[in-house]
Amino acid sequence: MIVAQRKNIPDLLSIVEKHKTVLVLGCGTCVTVCLSGGQREVSIIASALRMAARLNDLPLTIDELTIERQCDNVFLEQASDAIKKVDAVLSLGCGAGVQALAERFADKPVYAGLDTAFIGILEERGIWTEKCAACGSCVLHLYGGICPVTRCAKHMLNGPCSGSREDRCEVDPDRPCAWQLIYKRLKDIGQLDRLKEIRSPKNWKPSLSGGLRTIVREDHRV
Amino acid sequence: MNTQAFEPRIVAFCCHYCAYASADLAGSMRIQYPPNVLIIRTPCTGRLETEYFMKAFENGADGVLVAGCMEGGCHFIEGNLCARKRVNYIRDMLEEVGLEKERLRMVNVSAAMARPLADIIFDMVETVRKLGPSPIKSQGTLQQECLS
Repeated sequence: MIVAQRKNIPDLLSIVEKHKTVLVLGCGTCVTVCLSGGQREVSIIASALRMAARLNDLPLTIDELTIERQCDNVFLEQASDAIKKVDAVLSLGCGAGVQALAERFADKPVYAGLDTAFIGILEERGIWTEKCAACGSCVLHLYGGICPVTRCAKHMLNGPCSGSREDRCEVDPDRPCAWQLIYKRLKDIGQLDRLKEIRSPKNWKPSLSGGLRTIVREDHRV
Repeated sequence: MNTQAFEPRIVAFCCHYCAYASADLAGSMRIQYPPNVLIIRTPCTGRLETEYFMKAFENGADGVLVAGCMEGGCHFIEGNLCARKRVNYIRDMLEEVGLEKERLRMVNVSAAMARPLADIIFDMVETVRKLGPSPIKSQGTLQQECLS
């Protein structure tokens, strides 16, 4: 899922303070699961903004709504009436949701209330970690399902750097060395021979460095 | 500011298994505590969502007290520990908003602690009295009457 975290309240207030009525719009998908932009967070942030506005003598009215999904035009229609009534929208969706809103409601200012961070998983209660860099050309099958592109600080594709200490990364000792994990995993599944093959430098063109990415499925187009 | 005339209004979320019972016991023992608190019984402080604290302040509370079981003594194992973390999260958020975080406090009591609970309430009332009326309320646009 996409993992995000909220901006702090003074920043949010400065983003919306020019407007009279603002809709805080939550998203019921990834950001609900990572506890940053669901119905509950909408309620908390809307309350906080109302209080902060009152303390700063700003005539700001805050509405609240959470829809199923912000990154899909079909679901955006659920918010259409509520958006018409306000001057601006503060989206608690990910970056995709904010942009989908801005495209669908072209005459309405749409602001991001969250900092979208990464594609990751819930590691344990209250801790999310990055697992995928969306590099556009997956190599997980070569490394036992552990991604060196995302989890190695230096994106090493042919074994560890010489900086790791025991099984810890030299960039952050709290982080395990991805290559230690890859070696152990490949050993456990009997595929250590994969490491004998030298991998050529990664082609970064399918990643973000190649510019905006689009996927077209002709078989689904009408 | 005339603090003499100011009587704080404090919402006290009290766990059914401890603080609410000890408030009841305080009544039976005829122990006085300030009438400034509006006690709301909850099945466990772990039932309290973070937005409840925000809504209380937004609707004009001068202070919010969360009273749960002693640590290790929660009827639901760890509800009071969850509540403390949520309280701390909202205390930080109150500071971001511009309110004093001392207006929100979590305490741990047992069902037999009638006198300590009364003392805690006295202390909370005095703390909030020193802080003065909630500036949210003094801006005066929302449901102040809900706590009347």
